[in-house]
Amino acid sequence: MALTGVEIFKLLPKTNCKKCGHPTCLAFAMKLAQRQASLDACPDVSEEAKKILGEASAPPIRPITIGVGDKAVKMGEETVLFRHEKKFVNPCVFAVEINDSMSDEEINKMVDDVLSSEIDRVGQKLRIDAIFVNNVSNDAGRFESVVMAIASKAPAVPLIIATNNPDAAMVAVKAVADKKPLLYGANESNVEAMANIAKTYKTSLGVTAKGLDALSILTEKIKGLGVDDIVVDHGARSAKEILEANTYIRRAAIKKNFKALGYPVINFAQRDDRVLESLVATLGVTKYASIVVLGSIEKWKNLALFTLRQNIYTDPQVPMQVEQKIYKIGEPTPESPLTITTNFSLTYFIVSGEIENSKVPCRLAVMDCEGLSVLTAWAAGKFTASKIAQFIQESGIENEIKHRELIIPGYVAILSGAIEDKLPGWKVIVGPREANGIPAFLRSKVSQ
Amino acid sequence: MAFAAPKETYSGKVFEVVIGTDKAVAFGGENVLPFHSFEGNVPHRPVIAYEIQDIPPDDWPETVKKVYGSVSGDPVTWAKYCQDTLNAKAIALRLLSTHPDRENRSPEDAAKTVKDVLSAINIPLIILGSNHVEKDSSVLVAVSEAAKDKNCVIGKAQEGNYKTIAAAAMANNHKLIAMSELDINLSKQLNILITQMGFDKEKLITDPMCSALGYGLEYTYSVMERIRLAALTQNDATMQPPMLADVGMYVWKIKETQASEAELPAWGSLEERGITWEAVTAASLLMSGAELLIMRHPDAVKAVEKFIDELM
Repeated sequence: MALTGVEIFKLLPKTNCKKCGHPTCLAFAMKLAQRQASLDACPDVSEEAKKILGEASAPPIRPITIGVGDKAVKMGEETVLFRHEKKFVNPCVFAVEINDSMSDEEINKMVDDVLSSEIDRVGQKLRIDAIFVNNVSNDAGRFESVVMAIASKAPAVPLIIATNNPDAAMVAVKAVADKKPLLYGANESNVEAMANIAKTYKTSLGVTAKGLDALSILTEKIKGLGVDDIVVDHGARSAKEILEANTYIRRAAIKKNFKALGYPVINFAQRDDRVLESLVATLGVTKYASIVVLGSIEKWKNLALFTLRQNIYTDPQVPMQVEQKIYKIGEPTPESPLTITTNFSLTYFIVSGEIENSKVPCRLAVMDCEGLSVLTAWAAGKFTASKIAQFIQESGIENEIKHRELIIPGYVAILSGAIEDKLPGWKVIVGPREANGIPAFLRSKVSQ
Repeated sequence: MAFAAPKETYSGKVFEVVIGTDKAVAFGGENVLPFHSFEGNVPHRPVIAYEIQDIPPDDWPETVKKVYGSVSGDPVTWAKYCQDTLNAKAIALRLLSTHPDRENRSPEDAAKTVKDVLSAINIPLIILGSNHVEKDSSVLVAVSEAAKDKNCVIGKAQEGNYKTIAAAAMANNHKLIAMSELDINLSKQLNILITQMGFDKEKLITDPMCSALGYGLEYTYSVMERIRLAALTQNDATMQPPMLADVGMYVWKIKETQASEAELPAWGSLEERGITWEAVTAASLLMSGAELLIMRHPDAVKAVEKFIDELM
């Protein structure tokens, strides 16, 4: 169980020395209880207190990294159940299953798909993060050679070595131990042997059991055998069972600080129906999976899942912003209309979408207003006549267009006169108040 | 360490809403978070309505337009196709032609369309205006009367027009969609204003405003989740109506459902991309609390129905 501030206070030196940056030991203890401070900040804490507090203050879900280098992926460390409370921390990992009974040609093709899966979206590079190599053949030699072939073709991609056969696990993990793979496949009958391999090669260990009680017993056992980095599979495969088990594990870890399940969760979404597979993966992304294993990675599916993951893992306390610049929509000519709005991403998405709908090529000037919507930015003094005039003058747009007309959002019609005063030679046109009025407005404007 | 399942019990419950007459359907009624049947009661599955329009969908992308190619010229044929061939459980008729920037058809015209569609189908009908605040207040009053006692859903009442629309829905025994713009407080306030007029809170459907995947989905997702939590944990009756996700109209106008593969090869097949985009948007809003969805592509609907099968 998590310790309260007062319980933590009893373990501190009680010197009020302020070296931790807090006025008193009690204040520091309160911050520790809320996980807003680290015990390292206290220079005088005793070893014994460190041990007790270290366990109690460890993140409720253990951080685990698989792979090495730029493409290594970190999981766990989540602190909340709902994304509006606080940002979800480490985006869930998408892994594609390659099984060693496939032909070498098929395997090569899938590895190529992984390598070419990277997509750039709103400034982030998104990709299939890992390969789940499954020892379906149950042949240790075949497994080893497939793992080695994948590792040499895709050296930077993190690997999940999946087998419940300790002999196959041993040879495969040994071959790629320097890549810090996840060894997946510990269960009730092989746990000692698998834990030994994970310990020897310093990999993390994926454990599976049917039911959360059995799973908790196994993770405790693995920890006792000297392996700390664990990923759990609760054995559920249908959407209903996955939701139940993922919810219980997340709640137990976050709300009860139940250490035996305080680990990243791996889900399996494979379905013959690839659209349905995307939806089971959607469940994993929204409801607490740290790894989602997919059976295929068609580009259309990747695009939707990457976007969903990006949406769910954005910070709810920071408005999403788009870059300040003049965006071209369609293929505008020097005569095309110029319109302006703020850089709140939702505003941008809605306005640019409606301009696209109008089929009227247009330039959309997006002004940095710290991610506020039009009315809020106007009220906060960030979307004012002088700032708009300055932005337009400095943007260089006057060299690109022949006309001198600026369309402003209807909600800030009041600014039109002041903008004209500050932008000599320009005419300000008041556009519609709501974005859904844009298509009709633009169409009637160009038909004039 | 023995594991004890950390079940939650909630003090509140989502209202159960029944729509239609002949082949009526029910949704809502759960006293737990979405699909949490492991700790409470989830009596009904969410309902998906097929969206149709009173004029041909010239601004829908080809991928979804072609599915309805032979039937979309006429709302009655279109509605029957959804009911009889696609096995729709409900239909959402959008009266787009009434918009002043489109055909600007009259409320009487709209009322006639609604009557014609109602006489051709026996599944529930959701009747949507053109989302023009002033025009909707006259159109939705006329269609409420035309559909009297058919237990339809009328929408959408917004801050600027709720009074006349709610009064008409009340007088003619319909359910009502209350839409506000992506803010839990606005949503709560509108529900309060409508119930203060004497409208039964158990006949409301909350539309917190939908967003497409990649275009602000996270806002809708979190607003829905917060509304559900307020309904369940604080027993807040103003937040207990079921929620609508009007998915199709937001999804099928964005670039990801329109750009060709030749233009953007890294995005893969346009056909499957669009279907998946609609299905993933719908599925994530189901996870955050939507009980009624309006969708366009039959293959996306089928995938989401299969997903719901797995969750129930």
